[in-house]
Amino acid sequence: MYNYKHYCKNLHKYIHIVDVCFFTVSQEQIKNLYQRFQQLSGNHEKISRDDLERIPALNNNPIRKQIITAFFDKRNQHQNDVGSLDEIGFEQFLMVMSHFRPVNSTATEEEKVTVRKQKLRFLFNMHDTDNDGIITLDEYRTVVEELLSQSGAIETEVARSIADAAMLEVASTNVPHMAPDDFYEGITFEHFEQILKGIEMESRMSIRFLDMNTATMRCGKLSS
Amino acid sequence: LSATTCAGSGCLPVFLEGSVFTVAVASSDQHSPITAHSGSHKATDHGSHNNTGKAFPVLDLNYENVRVPFEISLWVLLASLMKLGFHLVPHLSNIVPESCLLIVVGLLVGGIIRGTGETVPPVLDSKLFFYILLPPIILDAGYFLPIRPFMENLGTILIFAVVGTLWNAFFVGGLLYGVCQIGTESSSILSRIGLLQCLLFGSIISAVDPVAVLAVFEEIHINELLHILVFGESLLNDAVTVVLYHLFEEFSGIGSVTLLKGFLGVISFFVVALGGVLVGVLYGILAAFTSRFTSHTRVIEPLFVFLYSYMAYLSAEIFHLSGIMALIACGAVMRPYVEANISHKSHTTIKYFLKMWSSVSETLIFIFLGVATVAGPHDWNWTFVTVTVILCLVARVIGVVGLTFIINKFRIVKLTTKDQFIIAYGGLRGAIAFSLGFLLNKEHFPEREIFLTAIITVIFFTVFVQGMTIKPLVELLAVKKKQEAKRSINEEIHTQFLDHLLTGIEDICGHYGHHHWKDKLNRFNKKYVKKCLIAGERSKEPQLIAFYHKMEMKQAIQLVESGGGIKMPSAVPSTVSMQNIQPRPSTKPAPERAIPQLSKNKEEEIRKILRTNLQRTRQRLRSYNRHTLVADPYEDGLSDLFLKKQKMFQIEKKLKEMNTYLTVPAPPPDSPTMCRARLASDPQAYSIKPASNKVPMIQVDLASPQSPDSVNLLDEFGQANQQEEEEQGLMMKPPSRPREAKKPSEEDEAKDQQRLMRCLSDPGPSADEDEDGAFLP
Repeated sequence: MYNYKHYCKNLHKYIHIVDVCFFTVSQEQIKNLYQRFQQLSGNHEKISRDDLERIPALNNNPIRKQIITAFFDKRNQHQNDVGSLDEIGFEQFLMVMSHFRPVNSTATEEEKVTVRKQKLRFLFNMHDTDNDGIITLDEYRTVVEELLSQSGAIETEVARSIADAAMLEVASTNVPHMAPDDFYEGITFEHFEQILKGIEMESRMSIRFLDMNTATMRCGKLSS
Repeated sequence: LSATTCAGSGCLPVFLEGSVFTVAVASSDQHSPITAHSGSHKATDHGSHNNTGKAFPVLDLNYENVRVPFEISLWVLLASLMKLGFHLVPHLSNIVPESCLLIVVGLLVGGIIRGTGETVPPVLDSKLFFYILLPPIILDAGYFLPIRPFMENLGTILIFAVVGTLWNAFFVGGLLYGVCQIGTESSSILSRIGLLQCLLFGSIISAVDPVAVLAVFEEIHINELLHILVFGESLLNDAVTVVLYHLFEEFSGIGSVTLLKGFLGVISFFVVALGGVLVGVLYGILAAFTSRFTSHTRVIEPLFVFLYSYMAYLSAEIFHLSGIMALIACGAVMRPYVEANISHKSHTTIKYFLKMWSSVSETLIFIFLGVATVAGPHDWNWTFVTVTVILCLVARVIGVVGLTFIINKFRIVKLTTKDQFIIAYGGLRGAIAFSLGFLLNKEHFPEREIFLTAIITVIFFTVFVQGMTIKPLVELLAVKKKQEAKRSINEEIHTQFLDHLLTGIEDICGHYGHHHWKDKLNRFNKKYVKKCLIAGERSKEPQLIAFYHKMEMKQAIQLVESGGGIKMPSAVPSTVSMQNIQPRPSTKPAPERAIPQLSKNKEEEIRKILRTNLQRTRQRLRSYNRHTLVADPYEDGLSDLFLKKQKMFQIEKKLKEMNTYLTVPAPPPDSPTMCRARLASDPQAYSIKPASNKVPMIQVDLASPQSPDSVNLLDEFGQANQQEEEEQGLMMKPPSRPREAKKPSEEDEAKDQQRLMRCLSDPGPSADEDEDGAFLP
């Protein structure tokens, strides 16, 4: 059972997030998420990393560390802040979840582009662990290694070569003519967008849960 | 041609029903060159017959023995020649879809036969159609079904297939009955058509036909979503059609309908559909399991695939289950496991044979449709036919629009009006409807001829009018076309990453969605099923690695095919190589390109050697067409090459201790390069002595942008060789040692990867969408 009073008290705050996040969601869904939040936090106001790590279903997920980190990453809170938090409250939880909203079919092109950028930004932040704005080769290698980590004894060589090949592909698509002495620093956000433009992020990266019974409460511009 | 093909009536069904043997036996008793059969025109007497002392017939004529196989072959030959002819005529295939042309040819042939006074054979006999002509097409479709889009849209497809077909059947049948009763005088033949007969007719005519859809949609290249929606619907509505058909046929025979029977009908739908799928899955698993043990008898591997699938189809038909669904399920289930087990040649064989058979089948079906139209029997009734056509169109449109309205509430990617239009317009009817009509019993259905005529008219209308106009309409409406999907490794990585991410988020939300179950299924598959059905170590290879190896292989093969020194045509010409990516060690001031410069003579010599042993450039087919195959890299010559590479591999193993020649500025007289050159001219063993345990290298010029010929080929040979043996099937072990030099210096490592990656700097080849992707991506 969740703290109904607390919820009602803060509902206006949550709806404010909704507005800010351009989040088409219904009150019903906020309530469901709040319930889940309470469940995870053991009825406290904030959740910590341990709370998330205790979810049993996540054990089979090869990238669970990255996912959990993403929740505590300040960059995903739309506040131009860096670093990571130790605990997050429901507002921040909602903020992170808002990255997974599906796009309304009535949205304009501009809105779609914004949403897409936001989702890609989330992914980018997940890869760019040292927050220097580029995904270096090492970081990318880590990504691939983590992806393959659950598949048994895979030699790191393979993961490295996959990551190298992928990096090469990014470089050749984005900066086709490099002199042999040039050094490609890493994948910037623009390049990242470029290589993933084949995947329709707006529809792929969304959870259906957030789509049911949408009362469109959109207003305001995205402040990102 | 025509005179001999259709001697007598029912030549082909005769073959099927076994009476050909009696014919053959009968005629073998005769030694006379004259056949008594009325149809044969070529009966000539070779003289010796009249002598009492029979001379030994030097030249004898006995057509009867070979008549049936001969005629069948002639038909198939006709079909194939027609296919050839269409593509020789310029521009014709752009305007008119092949199916229309084939029907016209059929009409012509039928007309010729009629004209010569022969009776036209009922070539589209139902048994022939359902047991011989249809299965290859469906198996081809099922085996190469793109699983991921199919599963993602399964809900939509099912709703269109089941609810849509039911709606169509009842709407058309019911309204037709109403029109017959009300609109005509009570004495006309139409008013005697009962409600059940009308409903039966409705159910026959309402099913979207997979053959026609395939034939037309192949040529318009629309985007994957629409294609899979219409095509999936045409496949899955078979269950509905089977149930409705048998239901109404039963009822018409008996004459009374009770509620219980109606209820049983609903139950039987589930039995038919799920039973068909179950039968298919069973046979699929059997096939996969069998393929696990075929490593010593590679030659008959394709046969297992075909046999098991056909048995699945026939077994389903025994119990009146949906044979089409069984076939699809069988093909889709067995494919990922079988492909992991069989050799590459078998895979190619399966692909070729399926495409060939389905192509010929399709051609024959359309030609026979034309012939059957001429054959009749027809009973043209203006009212009935026009009302049918109009009702079919209207029903389809209303059905699609109505269903989409409901479906869009549950879809993330909604279907737009344009999509709905294409789906409605793409609901073509075809030969299945005709065959089902043909099967009708004349006693129970005195109006069979009216039905047949109407069915044929609807088929003609949809195939000709809708088939011909859909292409310009697609252009006009600017419907999204199929993308030339070059699946890049980045997209693959991120697709997998997204899958895991979304599963994780769903778990955090506590929401057991779609990703959660997919993930569970994947894990189940990996843990239990793959171990059972895939031989050896390949069962453990994760999909990303498999994809990567496939890509590497494809690029290696491409490189080989381009015949050596020619630079690969790449979409994005790029001079980026591994060197640009590798983080430079901070101690070095600037990377020195310590590349040994081979003298020009050596270069030429080496290149010449390469060229004499490699294949020519092959033209790559750009877009995927069901009837054409992507250029098969494994020509015969190449297999020799691979054998040689294996030898190379063994030699390489022995030469592990040799130092890399990279550190040597110029090749000394006895350098590996020279040994290689000498060896290579030895015709017996085209085996390259690698300079180290690393990949063998003929390094012409590494990173200089000025030299367009700087391609290192044998690098890929080594890689590909180490990764793949002929007999190993499509999965490959991860490249283990060879990449690491014994004493790697930083430069060498960089160079090594650079060498490899140089080839990979060309964006990957167009991913063959039908062979990419595991069962559960």
